[in-house]
Amino acid sequence: MKNALDPPLAATPPDVLPRRRPGFAGVLALGAWLLAGLSLVAYLAAAWNPDLLARYAPIYLSGLWTTIQLVAISFVAGALISVPVALGRGSKGFVQRDLSTAYVVLFRGTPFIAQLFLIYYGFGQFRDFFETIGLWGFFREPWYCAIFALALNTAAYQAEILRGAVASVPKGQWEGAKSLGLSRLTTLRKVILPQAAIVALRPYTNEVILMVKASAIVAIITVYDLLGETRRAYSRTFDFQTYIWAAILYLLIVELLRHATNFAERRLTRHLRR
Amino acid sequence: MTSITSLLGFGAEGWGDDLASGALVTIALALATLPFGLVLGFLLSLAKQSEDWALRLSADIYTTIFRGLPELLTLFIVYFGINGLLKAASDGAGLPALALSSFASGMVALGVVFSAFASEVFLSAFRAIPKGQREGAAALGLRPRHVMVLVILPQVLRVALPGLSNLWMNLLKDTALVSVVGLADLLRQTQIAARVTREPFLFFGTAIVLYLVMTAVSSVVIAWIERWTRRGEPAR
Repeated sequence: MKNALDPPLAATPPDVLPRRRPGFAGVLALGAWLLAGLSLVAYLAAAWNPDLLARYAPIYLSGLWTTIQLVAISFVAGALISVPVALGRGSKGFVQRDLSTAYVVLFRGTPFIAQLFLIYYGFGQFRDFFETIGLWGFFREPWYCAIFALALNTAAYQAEILRGAVASVPKGQWEGAKSLGLSRLTTLRKVILPQAAIVALRPYTNEVILMVKASAIVAIITVYDLLGETRRAYSRTFDFQTYIWAAILYLLIVELLRHATNFAERRLTRHLRR
Repeated sequence: MTSITSLLGFGAEGWGDDLASGALVTIALALATLPFGLVLGFLLSLAKQSEDWALRLSADIYTTIFRGLPELLTLFIVYFGINGLLKAASDGAGLPALALSSFASGMVALGVVFSAFASEVFLSAFRAIPKGQREGAAALGLRPRHVMVLVILPQVLRVALPGLSNLWMNLLKDTALVSVVGLADLLRQTQIAARVTREPFLFFGTAIVLYLVMTAVSSVVIAWIERWTRRGEPAR
């Protein structure tokens, strides 16, 4: 039964902007993009070099694969670390709360590149110590340092996403599940997390996109990810198209992730649509 | 091993003055980029609400490109790409060599990234203002320009401020990337100090603390601005 006080559903037509003939500014702006796109194509065609392509295409793909691995491993490791941090942030004990707050502030308040340098160059100062505890093999390698730094960094962001998403589920859901006799773990698994997942989906995939972009920084400590291979290719050929190809690949990954998110969100919220 | 105080102290022996000058460069770059990014982001958000589809499409292309590219890659493209073009142009015209400094490249690269994100913040803030505000202002006989400046803009700023302050923090942190193309900012000075003294942990740790201080001071200032934008609201 529809309540008479409810606003009428389709009394006002949806805000569809009228299609008007483009004005001067629009033509100018779109023309500039068209010109930029055409000159990019012309540049790539003029700089077309089959030898270069044959030589570097497999290298770029392996760099791309390194980037994907780096992001995937760090994302999962960061997700594991983020659980205790998120629990600490919501905890009543002030030691846990202050420690996890300090962790989040430290990693979100400073540049990732500085964190990476502290771990890669700074930990080298304690080589003797790491050798005695048998971890020097780990911190000597740029690859492991990159994973370590990226995982710690994303854990701080993921902890905030997790905390916010769980807090967004109304308290009555916990109480209702309790009155049905569900255990805390079952409540979390079957009642809270499915609802939190809808809230968290977009921030999580945003975080993956931010990680893809941030992971490019590890090229500075000689990890040969996509940007690392690009830098190496540029330093050998001095051909600027090396950077253009990297940009195209990065844009492809990010756009793919963005569209996948939109699709997943439509699927997850299809019961909410009218 | 020299003591920590003499390493971090000011003067000929210590590196304190070098780190301080680096920190000033970092702050200067962030502050110089901010107005440029804000204005461009605001104009882009206007373009995205325009009735003109060509303008909307152009703004969307801009956002897609500069939000999607890694900041470091944008910086490399600006630094190497524009300098390559400038060199070709000045060689071709027989002019003395022109070049974009790392500071200017940083301003351009970080500014376009900032504006791409800021346009989305402004756009959602514009959408949060009820239509009645515009209609009410028009009914009072305000000119369109005054509707914008006196009625819409103050409210848009208030709604956009949390998003913009996030972007400011990102901008402040992203300035560290410009050290890679040779800007003598805080991170670069730290790297030099760490290499010369062989105390990387001490110096990178100090740099991280200094960045934390900068973000902490920013959040105090932002909280102050936020109170100022809400001064018209009834106290709770």
